[in-house]
Formats: sequence, structure tokens, C-alpha cells
Amino acid sequence: MTTRGEIFARIRAGIGRDDALDDEKARELIDRLESPKRNLVPARSDLDRTRLVDLFVSMAEEAAATVQRVSHAGAIPRAVVSYLARHNLPMRVTMAPDSSLDRIPWKLEPMLALRQGKADPADEVSLTAAFAGIAESGTLMVISGAHHPSTLNLLPDSHMVVLHENQIVGAYEDGWDLLRRAQGDGEKRLPRTVLFVTGPSRSADIEQTIQMGAHGPRRLHILLVADYVGQGRQAS
Amino acid sequence: MQSTARRFKQNAHEAMADAPLQKALGNIKHGFIQKRRKAAARLPEFEALRDQAREIKNHTLAHLDFYLERFEQKVVDNGGTVHWCRTAEDARRAILSVCRLVGAKTVTKGKTMIGEEIGINDFLAEHGITPVETDLGEYIIQLRNETPSHIIAPAIHVNKEQVAEAFRKEHTHLEPGRLLDDPPQLLAEARQEMRDKFLAADVGITGANFLIAETGSSVIVTNEGNGDLTQTLPRVHIVLASLEKVVPTLEDASTILRVLARSATGQEFSVYTTFSTGARRADDLDGPEQYHVVLLDNGRSDMIGTEFQEMLRCIRCGACLNHCPVYGAVGGHAYGWVYSGPMGAVLTPSLIGIGEAGHLPNASSFCGRCEEVCPMRIPLPKMMRHWREREFERQIRPTVARTGLRLWAFMVRRPWLYRRLTGFAVHMLASWAHGGARLQRLPMAKGWTAYREFPVPEGSTFVDQWRAHQRQILEEELA
Repeated sequence: MTTRGEIFARIRAGIGRDDALDDEKARELIDRLESPKRNLVPARSDLDRTRLVDLFVSMAEEAAATVQRVSHAGAIPRAVVSYLARHNLPMRVTMAPDSSLDRIPWKLEPMLALRQGKADPADEVSLTAAFAGIAESGTLMVISGAHHPSTLNLLPDSHMVVLHENQIVGAYEDGWDLLRRAQGDGEKRLPRTVLFVTGPSRSADIEQTIQMGAHGPRRLHILLVADYVGQGRQAS
Repeated sequence: MQSTARRFKQNAHEAMADAPLQKALGNIKHGFIQKRRKAAARLPEFEALRDQAREIKNHTLAHLDFYLERFEQKVVDNGGTVHWCRTAEDARRAILSVCRLVGAKTVTKGKTMIGEEIGINDFLAEHGITPVETDLGEYIIQLRNETPSHIIAPAIHVNKEQVAEAFRKEHTHLEPGRLLDDPPQLLAEARQEMRDKFLAADVGITGANFLIAETGSSVIVTNEGNGDLTQTLPRVHIVLASLEKVVPTLEDASTILRVLARSATGQEFSVYTTFSTGARRADDLDGPEQYHVVLLDNGRSDMIGTEFQEMLRCIRCGACLNHCPVYGAVGGHAYGWVYSGPMGAVLTPSLIGIGEAGHLPNASSFCGRCEEVCPMRIPLPKMMRHWREREFERQIRPTVARTGLRLWAFMVRRPWLYRRLTGFAVHMLASWAHGGARLQRLPMAKGWTAYREFPVPEGSTFVDQWRAHQRQILEEELA
């Protein structure tokens, strides 16, 4: 018997069943997988839009992210430049090759040097777009793909993320629904990574004292845009 | 990993005399316990979520063969490979063969308790491959040539002065006179040292908090981001996970995640929760080229259908360790193997045998706090009792303990004898005390009275007092 067969035989012996499930039971479990149902979702994020956005902001700040609210995408270049100046960072940013970021009028800040692509170890600042914001815990839902190399979330010291208010949902389950809808009938598998980021990297491994910036970014800065952009566009 | 569980008693004595360790253990109380309490109190649905988390795992374990098959199918559909491993040796071999196929020289590692279970670091090193731990705590103990003493805070037993010492010894290319007094300086140095290692590694090994049957994904939860760098930068990603990590859907994982971080560190959510599905896609700019899942049994399939099955619900949050008075007194190393505290006391005998780990389920005061805080509602004290029964049946216990238990059983089955003897004992203790309220010494119990005083029984036994009380009620009613 193969190792695999042996493991399955032992599991089934423990369960008290000789063989695989009968068809009826198997059908029931396949349905459970193919039409996933929600379990209990905490009421915390069951709010109107304004309060949902406020919850996202306060939870993200509690997790030590910084949030800057801007009225429209045209205000982003100025916000980026002033953030870099405030933290004494170079005016060089590596940006995700995402069409929604391309549309931002970067020409307004000619001093800002932008490079598109995956992160280089020497990069100090990255700028990416989020797929969604989860208000429940102030979490960014970030997916990998051609438009979003995952190294940009991890390698640079400072990570800036553009999120539109109408991308904010209540719970993780809302995020999964959004992703499944964005994928439609075509791509059935998840992107290579779906990353939930809640604040900047930290460690409490030395004497239980929290220190920021362990291996991932020391700073997470969210640029929260009030204007409308269609949801789930990244995955299309 | 080589077990020293057999010498638990000696380990515990040494631990209690270890001043730096005792200082480090003192940090737990003000850290983990209070943070967990606050986080749980803040979420009104917390208790209901624990119930659902328990049901999700119970459902999964009842159909574990089905969900594992589905998981495997999805991994294969996504272009990944599943390696089924019965034993630690199988898993070590599977990992080595993947490493050899890509000519790996160095391997970065995210935190994985299964990695400790199978002793993967030593094995890779013996075969000429350098393993590099990337979690800060794991890195510290790797430098100190130690094993983790806590499942989520592996270096909890180490003080910052000891970290500085380990760094000075290892990072000899740096200025010897540099300041390393504070945690921020230590962290900055570790971060800098680790950067090059992340970039140079050929293979990244991570554990998994969950495997998702619906999508064939593996999930890791970290605060540092080291796990993500480990599974993103090298050419090959190996997920090392045990069978019971599988859950059905993304929704099910989301529910359990809500109780995981709160129970572990008291966070609302950990900083990075990553669902990885297969290798780099055709148009991806980064990510590994290969995705392997090494699925380890190592004794778990034998737990299914036994009184220890519920232990397979464990999500390794560490709450039972943090709340255990025994763990708090002796730390994790005393337990002598990978897992410590109440979850270790139950799991270790299942995985390495009750003959080796018989002391562990006895190292409990049965205060019940572990079960109270377990997010998966695992009845840990009950299962420790099951192990004690098995140990008794198999006559592994020392003769003194067995004889004592026999004598006690003989007495309690003869209430008249039991009452006579306890009545006599009450009388004797009172006369020893010469009218005092406490005894400093007891015959045949020096070990006990060395650390505490024994309160002198007041007057008579419970049964006598109860009878007197009943008689009084009866007389009052008659009067």
C-alpha cells in the first residue's frame, strides 16, 4: 500500500468507515465546499457607509497604520510627497503596475521619481492599490497578480496603499464575496496570494515588548480616497 | 527532536532554580493574559465564535479523508505537489529531495512547530544545506542552539542581555563595541542580518495555520512578515503541515481566525494573514516557481476515533500555556519535547508515547483554566485524566504512587473505615498543633510542608458536622 493509502486507511479506521463516503453524503459535502456558507459574522461592522469608513480608519490606526483621507485621486501626488518629506524619505517610490494607479495625475509632482515593477531590495518606499478594506479590524485585503507583485507589500521600509472608500466592506466574508464576484466564471482559483495586512510589521519576541518593523515594513500609510472607483477592478 | 520528557521532574526542579528563566516567565502575566482578556471582552460574539470554531473542526475531523482528498485535488489543479508522509523520517526525506532537485544551498524558514517535531534543521544541516530561521524568536534560539519554549513565543525564556550576547557571538563582522542594550537595537540588527539571507535562499519552508479544502490554499499568520518573505522570495515554497490543519472553506478559516489572534496575543487580527495558492502565475512578477505541501501524519491518524481526537482541534494559539500555573512556574523546556503546557501534556504522549511522556499529564493541578481559555474548547484536563488512567493500566507509574492509590481506593469503598481513619487523623493533627491554627511540619510530607503550612482541621470531619447539623434541624422542627 502507498503511504497515502495507508494514511487514508488509518483515518477511515478511526472514523469507523471502510471506504470513501457514499454518494449522497459526498454530494452534501461537495455542496458545502462549492456554495460556502457564512458562519456567525460579528455585528460590529454592520453599519451605514459613513460609520463603516470611520470604523475602518479607527481600527487601522489602532493597529498602528496611519490613514490620510483625501477628497479625490488628484490629491494623491501631493499627499505622497508630503508624507515622504515628513518622514525624511527620498522622493523615490516603486509603484505597482496597476492601471488605477497610472490614472493618478503624477505629473503634478515633478520631483517625485516613480518606478513600476516588483520590489528591489534597495527600495525604501512602495505604493500599491488594495483590493478591499475590511472595517472589522482595519485590515487591507491585498491580492497578488501581474498588477501587484507581492514583494511590494513586504520588502520596502515604508508601504503606502491607495484605498477608495467604496472598497471598504464590513467583514472578511464580504471580502471573499467581493473576490469571488470579481473573478466571475473565468478564473476559478484564487490569486497566488491573498494577503490581509493589519498595520505595519512588528515583533514581541524580545521580552514581550512590541517593536515595530521586524522584517516587513516599519510604516504602513493608507491613502483613503473619497471619490468613486468601481469595485474589484484589479481582478478583472 | 530528542525527548527529555522522561526527566520532567528533574527538568522542572532545575527550571525553578533558574533565575533568568523565572524573570522571563514573569512577563507572561502582564502580556498575554491581560491582552487576551481585553480582546475577548471587546467582541460580544467571542463565546459563540468559539462554539462555531469547535463545530467546524469537529465536522472536518468526522470527514477528514474527504477534505484531505479535496485539498490534494485542488493543490494539484493549481500546479502544486502534495507529499504524503506517515513519519517524521518520511517528511525529512520529502523535504530533502525537493531541496536537492533544485540544488538548494540555503533554506529560509518561517515558524513551524512541525519543523521542530521532525527536527528538520539538524537533518538539513547534516546533508549540507543551511537552514536559516527567520522568525526573530526562532532566530534567537537557533543561535543559542535551543528549542522553542513556547509555541508562539519561542524565545520567551530569553532575556535581552542574552539576546545581545548571542548576536555578538554570531555577528562577528559587526563593530564589537556597538550598543545592543535595547530591544529596538537588537531588532534592527536582526532585520539587517536577515535581509541578505532572505534574498539568497533557494527554498523557503513555512508551516501552515490552515489548509483550505475549497481552494487548495495554505494559510500562515505572522506579525513580523518573515513568513511572507520566506514564501515569496525563494524559487521553491515548501509548506510543512500536519493532517488536521485542513478546514473546508475560506469562511470556516475566517471564523477560526477571529478566535486565533485574540486567544494568542490579544490582537484583533495578526498583522499578516496570507492565503497562498500554488506557485507563481504566468504573468506574475514575483513569487516561487514551485509549491509543495508536505503533509505529515506522525501519529495523528491514530488519534481519530479515540478519546484524544478532540486534541486535533488545536490551533496552536498558546493560550493554555499562558494560563497554566505549571507552565508559568517551569517554562516550556522542562516538558522535554516540542509541545509544552497543557496542550503538550495531552499531545506529546500521543505522538511519542506515554512511556516516554508519562510525567506530563501528571504535571497539572487540574485548575481548569486551560479549558476555560481554549478557543477550540478542547477538554484538556479530561484528556490528561485519560492519560493518567492509561498510565495506571499499563503499570508505568512508580510503585509508591500505585500502592498509595490502591490504599486510597480500598478505603473509599469502605465508608465506615474511611470515616474512622479521617476522624482519627483530624484528632491527631489537632493534637500535633498544640492549639495552633497551622502546622509547619508533617510526618512523611516534608516535601509539601517545606514550601507551605498545613491548616489544622477544625474540630471534626465533614460527615460528623453534617450529621450534627441534620440532627439540629430535626430537633428544631420537632420543638
